Amino acid sequence: MSRPVRILQLYPRDMNIYGDWGNTLVLKQRLTWHGYDPQILDYNPGDAFPDDVDLIVGGGGQDSGQGVIVDDLQGLGPRLHSLAGNGVPMLVVCGLYQLFGHHFDTVDGRRLPGIGLLDVHTVGGTTRLIGNITTRHPDVGDLVGYENHSGKTYLGAGAQPLATVVQGAGNNGEDGTEGAQHHHVLGTYLHGSVLPKNPRLADLLLEQAVRNRYGEFAPGAIDDRYADQARRVAMTRPR
Amino acid sequence: MPIPLTTALGKVVRRAALARGGGSAFPGLFVERLDPSYVRRVLATLPRGVVVVSGTNGKTTTTKIVVDLLESQGLRVFTNRTGSNFVRGVAAALLGAVDLRGHLPADIAVLELDEAHAVHFVKEVAPRYSLLLNVMRDQLDRFGEIDHTARMLQSIARATTDAVVVNRDDPRLGAQAFAEGIVGPALRSYGTSIEVSARFPSDDNLYGGSEGAPHPAPAVYVDDTQLDSFEGDRAQISYAGGAHSARLMLTGVYNVLNATAAIALTRAVLGDDLREPQMLEALSKVRPAFGRGETLQIDGQTCAMVLVKNPAGFRLALSSYDPADTATMIAINDNYADGRDMSWLWDVDFGSLRAGGVTTVGGVRAYDMALRLQYDDVPVGGVTPDPERALEEFLGATTGQDKRIYCTYTAMLAIRKVLGTKGALDKVIA
Ligand SMILES: [Zn+2]
Repeated sequence: MSRPVRILQLYPRDMNIYGDWGNTLVLKQRLTWHGYDPQILDYNPGDAFPDDVDLIVGGGGQDSGQGVIVDDLQGLGPRLHSLAGNGVPMLVVCGLYQLFGHHFDTVDGRRLPGIGLLDVHTVGGTTRLIGNITTRHPDVGDLVGYENHSGKTYLGAGAQPLATVVQGAGNNGEDGTEGAQHHHVLGTYLHGSVLPKNPRLADLLLEQAVRNRYGEFAPGAIDDRYADQARRVAMTRPR
Repeated sequence: MPIPLTTALGKVVRRAALARGGGSAFPGLFVERLDPSYVRRVLATLPRGVVVVSGTNGKTTTTKIVVDLLESQGLRVFTNRTGSNFVRGVAAALLGAVDLRGHLPADIAVLELDEAHAVHFVKEVAPRYSLLLNVMRDQLDRFGEIDHTARMLQSIARATTDAVVVNRDDPRLGAQAFAEGIVGPALRSYGTSIEVSARFPSDDNLYGGSEGAPHPAPAVYVDDTQLDSFEGDRAQISYAGGAHSARLMLTGVYNVLNATAAIALTRAVLGDDLREPQMLEALSKVRPAFGRGETLQIDGQTCAMVLVKNPAGFRLALSSYDPADTATMIAINDNYADGRDMSWLWDVDFGSLRAGGVTTVGGVRAYDMALRLQYDDVPVGGVTPDPERALEEFLGATTGQDKRIYCTYTAMLAIRKVLGTKGALDKVIA
């Protein structure tokens, strides 16, 4: 019996800084190992937005990449809001995390509008927040990754941080928060890629996607020993 | 300050630094502080001026090839060596090359410079020629983004007086807008035929999925050098309406493209004076640079060391070498010189290693690498972070087999050191 699960990559052509493919690959492979049939769809500016999406992932980009997609994303805003309201899980990293907020004020004085799906806004900075980072998530424990951003993101009253910073800068280097969450939409600055070394976070997204479609999630047994060891090493490395 | 005086003082400092086992950083810094225009004034004495080689991947190998090709034309060439590709390094290298009066016995200088350092260098010394190789994402991420890196290369081109040689297949360097921003020097280019281009995915191809799509060049270049085809160790390279066949000791598709770049540059320097047979003869004798596709002999078997620095380089290396009948080891460190961010490993497709597997994974980030291979369904024999033990396990598990070790920069240094002390290294054969 075939049990498809449809993963949409948002703007893979323009928003794909280091390792964003790793997140898609991990979702794809874990679905297979859990006994489902992953289907990967790409959405680039101007494409028809597909029906029937179970999970959305999006990544980081250069300034030029953000510039290319910003208008198109505005058009998708209502659609993404309604999907989020229906409980569709999403993971947006770095550049798309910023544009899932209200707006991004760049250092050169421009304001890039976001879609306000997360109650956050971002201000361009002159120093890069860069290096290994460890955070703590209330449900899945430690999250490890690598951050590399000059934008500083601030949470509004309606936003919940994804995790609290144990070591590293996080959203802004000031308030000890990292990322943001609303419904099942997760925004984060963690690359690494984030999902390979944090398989419980990957499974959290997958469980939600599968439950939405099939009512229940029956996880398979996956050997995560390399991930555990890699996490352990990552936490000991210099920033 | 007169050149001979700076030279004398600099040489004293250099000798003292060498005696204490120090590197070239301090003598270079000393000269830079003492006499800021020293490098400019010494290089200004060269009858054929300065060549700058820059770009993300292939600088060291290409510089080495350019030096050999220019020497084949009877030129005396000054060059900076690996690891000193910044202005201070050039000063230090000069101290080693000039005579006591500060006279540099060379006709031309060929300098490998990091993009960011080159931008400062060309403000001091206007190069007569520049060779711009590519702009790739690099996990060291020193410059933030590749569009910014492309602008740095453009400013190097703008400062060049005679001729700029550009990789026309690079989506940023080969763009109309890039060429239009360069006024003054002659614009030349090198690249591949449409057929060969599929074997050279550009950085955008790697990310956007349209790998191997042909990329027509803008019609702004006055002269092209092209890699038409290559098979095994034979390459056909054409220019000025003629095709030339060459046999190479260099391995790896990217090295063949680097050789094409070096020919384009040599042609720009020599013009009508080019002695073609000598150039092609020299090309056939070029050996890979240290750790870059070197082949060693260990216990009677060949062992190729392949340096991997960024996703594009790693993917090109994997597509260059047939993994059949060869045992594979991968060693990944995350020291400063390697880049601390492991994200780049996720932009490399390891599917070609699935059939044969990877015998040993080593390096500080061995588990990150093993995890990466797990998600590409590549079988892993053993994971051992300590490089010395990893190498021992690898050699022990693969007696009688040819070997290939993919390694990051500091992992390569560690492995070379172990090979040397163990006496396992019979000789370097290519
Ligand atoms: Zn980022």
